[in-house]
Amino acid sequence: MSTLTQTHEIVMMNLRSIPQRLGASLVVVIGIAGVVGVIVALLSMSQGLGKTLSSTGRADRVVITRGGSDGELASFLDRASATLIKQDPAIARGKDGLPLASGEIIVITEVPRFGQKTGANVSLRGVEPNGFALRPELKIIDGRKFRPGLREIIVGQAASKQFDGLRSGADLRFRGQTWKIVGIFSTNGDAHESELWTDTETAQSAFGRSGVSSLLVSLSNIDALDSMKARLVENPQLNVDVKTELDFYSGQSANLSLVIGVLAGFVGLIMGIGAIAGALTTMYSAVSARTQEIGTLRALGFGVFPVIASVMSEALILSLAGGIVGALIAYFAFNGYSVSTLGAGFTQVAFQFSVSPGLVFKGLVIAMFIGFIGGIFPAVRAARMPVTAALRGG
Amino acid sequence: MKYFGLIWSGLFRKKLRAFLTLLALWSAFALLGLLQAVNSLFNGGADFLGANRLITQARTSFTQPLPMRLITQIESVPGVKRVSHSQFFGGKYQDSSGFFPQFAVNPQRLFDTYPEWVISDDDKRKFITTKDGAIVGKLLAEKYGWKVGDIIPLNSFIWPKADGSRTWEWKVVGIFDGRNSEWKKRTSLMYLNYGQLDEAVSPRARGLAGVFVISMNDPKDAEKISAAVDAKFENSADETKTQSEQEFQLGFARQLGDIGLIVNLITSAVFLSILFLTGVSMSQSIRERIPELAVLKVLGFRDRTVMLLVLAEAFLLCFLGALTGMLSATLLTKFLPPEFPIATDSRVWITAGICVVLLSLLIGVPPALRALRIKIVDALAGR
Repeated sequence: MSTLTQTHEIVMMNLRSIPQRLGASLVVVIGIAGVVGVIVALLSMSQGLGKTLSSTGRADRVVITRGGSDGELASFLDRASATLIKQDPAIARGKDGLPLASGEIIVITEVPRFGQKTGANVSLRGVEPNGFALRPELKIIDGRKFRPGLREIIVGQAASKQFDGLRSGADLRFRGQTWKIVGIFSTNGDAHESELWTDTETAQSAFGRSGVSSLLVSLSNIDALDSMKARLVENPQLNVDVKTELDFYSGQSANLSLVIGVLAGFVGLIMGIGAIAGALTTMYSAVSARTQEIGTLRALGFGVFPVIASVMSEALILSLAGGIVGALIAYFAFNGYSVSTLGAGFTQVAFQFSVSPGLVFKGLVIAMFIGFIGGIFPAVRAARMPVTAALRGG
Repeated sequence: MKYFGLIWSGLFRKKLRAFLTLLALWSAFALLGLLQAVNSLFNGGADFLGANRLITQARTSFTQPLPMRLITQIESVPGVKRVSHSQFFGGKYQDSSGFFPQFAVNPQRLFDTYPEWVISDDDKRKFITTKDGAIVGKLLAEKYGWKVGDIIPLNSFIWPKADGSRTWEWKVVGIFDGRNSEWKKRTSLMYLNYGQLDEAVSPRARGLAGVFVISMNDPKDAEKISAAVDAKFENSADETKTQSEQEFQLGFARQLGDIGLIVNLITSAVFLSILFLTGVSMSQSIRERIPELAVLKVLGFRDRTVMLLVLAEAFLLCFLGALTGMLSATLLTKFLPPEFPIATDSRVWITAGICVVLLSLLIGVPPALRALRIKIVDALAGR
């Protein structure tokens, strides 16, 4: 027999006998399913968060904040500066001929999560009427927009799912006043969906602010950014930072993504070591239980390579099965599961776990890797055992 | 104890398998140590904080500073002993990597409400009388090598000065320590004299106190006092929320939210699958040694002794795995950067201890019963 046919025969024989060794085989499958499930779940968490954060913002919109401030919360632009900035020629004009710019104000409010009493920090953003024209991605999916001057609020879709009492028609109390929630909005799943929105001037009067936190403007042409930046930064009347919305939000999320990445990495690494150890133990005992069988095959003339191939194929198939089970569990348990955590600016950002095909593939690769390491050493040991010793049972 | 050698050699009879099983257990317990440390952060890591203090914050959010004028109104509530205030300063020292918290306070009121801080009377007096003075926690002072008399420039990302600059200079007038080991651990912060902040800050931020800290005559009045304080400001622009200091601190950790729960769920999944592996490997190891156990019985060991030997072996295995895993976790959390304030503390070790006992019973009892029931003749014949 050629090595190829030998390999085929012995592999098939081995695989057909797996049901007879169901218990030991299940150990590998379950162990690897656990590890892959956990790693895929952790990665889908960090991927879901990344998706929410990186989809926030566009390259042709610009955020202007006070120079040196860390994000919008610590930023303050007085009315004069905001008016001056809005007159920059690089800013696109709306249908009414006025600059497409929105002075926005950020205050933190506390809203409890479902089933909790302690409040979680949620951003309340005041936007000017042009804030809607600036953001064509924003859609009111329930109710209507707030009316300027009234104590009315609209709530992001993600926030309404995550926190208690943020329904259309419900009341909220801030600063001794009752605010009515009049609508729910969606912005294609970006970070703004974790916010509450109201009118800038209404927020200013309620929270005793005179200026705004930041200014969002739309560029008439994406190439105009550099000249606009130069004009604003060099203007002695102003002290501002100018960033595209995309850069602004990715800068804000870098830290959080790092923390989650480190967490997934740590847990994954430690778990992976445990799983490899588990797979090795199981495969070693699978081989040692079949020592005489392998010795007999060798005595019949089967070569070293087919024996290695048979042990390896068993390890790989079992771990692949484990990987598939684990990825499926992660998919059904977590895909679309929405949570919220503390994001940039010390407020909540809500996001969904997303188990993508790419992640499932990654999980399977990890499973195969564990299976490979777990199989190769026992396989080589089985193949190198002297035939006579093997026939006596090791 | 005289059987320790026997148990030990039984455990390491197949060195490779014992090593691999230990490795799997190591990983399970290292994870347990790390993740329960996170968990303990969420469930009352602030136990030691005095129960006799309340924190009053703006109802909207603690980031909204309350105005200073409320202080006398709060102090007039019956049962309130003393009120201090604390404003988060948000200063950066040198590059942003070296972050530590600073709070602008009224020095006299701080010492009155926080008797846990130990500081010499001389330094105390200097802090009260120096408008741009600061006192530094011992750990923080050691970290940066600061001494009394040093000038520390802080770049506040929250408070600009009236002239628009953000660099504030603070003069170290004293070093404080905690009165016991728990409080000594907390001395990585800095208190600033509110005098300079209120004088030099841009006009729109003047007269703001931040949050108020209330010390009570009798901790039993906590609920009554917090209700009375909040009722005083109801329907005003400065509505307040008053809660115990412990609740206030836990609120910070809870902001991290559901992720704690998820991490926990996930870890139990890992733990269970690794336990499963270990259990199978242990029972296999015993199965292979049945003839040897029979020999022990032939030599005169009682059934019960053989059973206990097997049980002890399972325990030793779990114990070694847990010990190495927990030690790794403890070391790891010790060397984590300060942004991850978790520690594998005694509480986590106790959890791990309980896990070891449960686990060794789970994986030890089935093979132990088997060892108990071995019939010598059958076992020696290999049946």
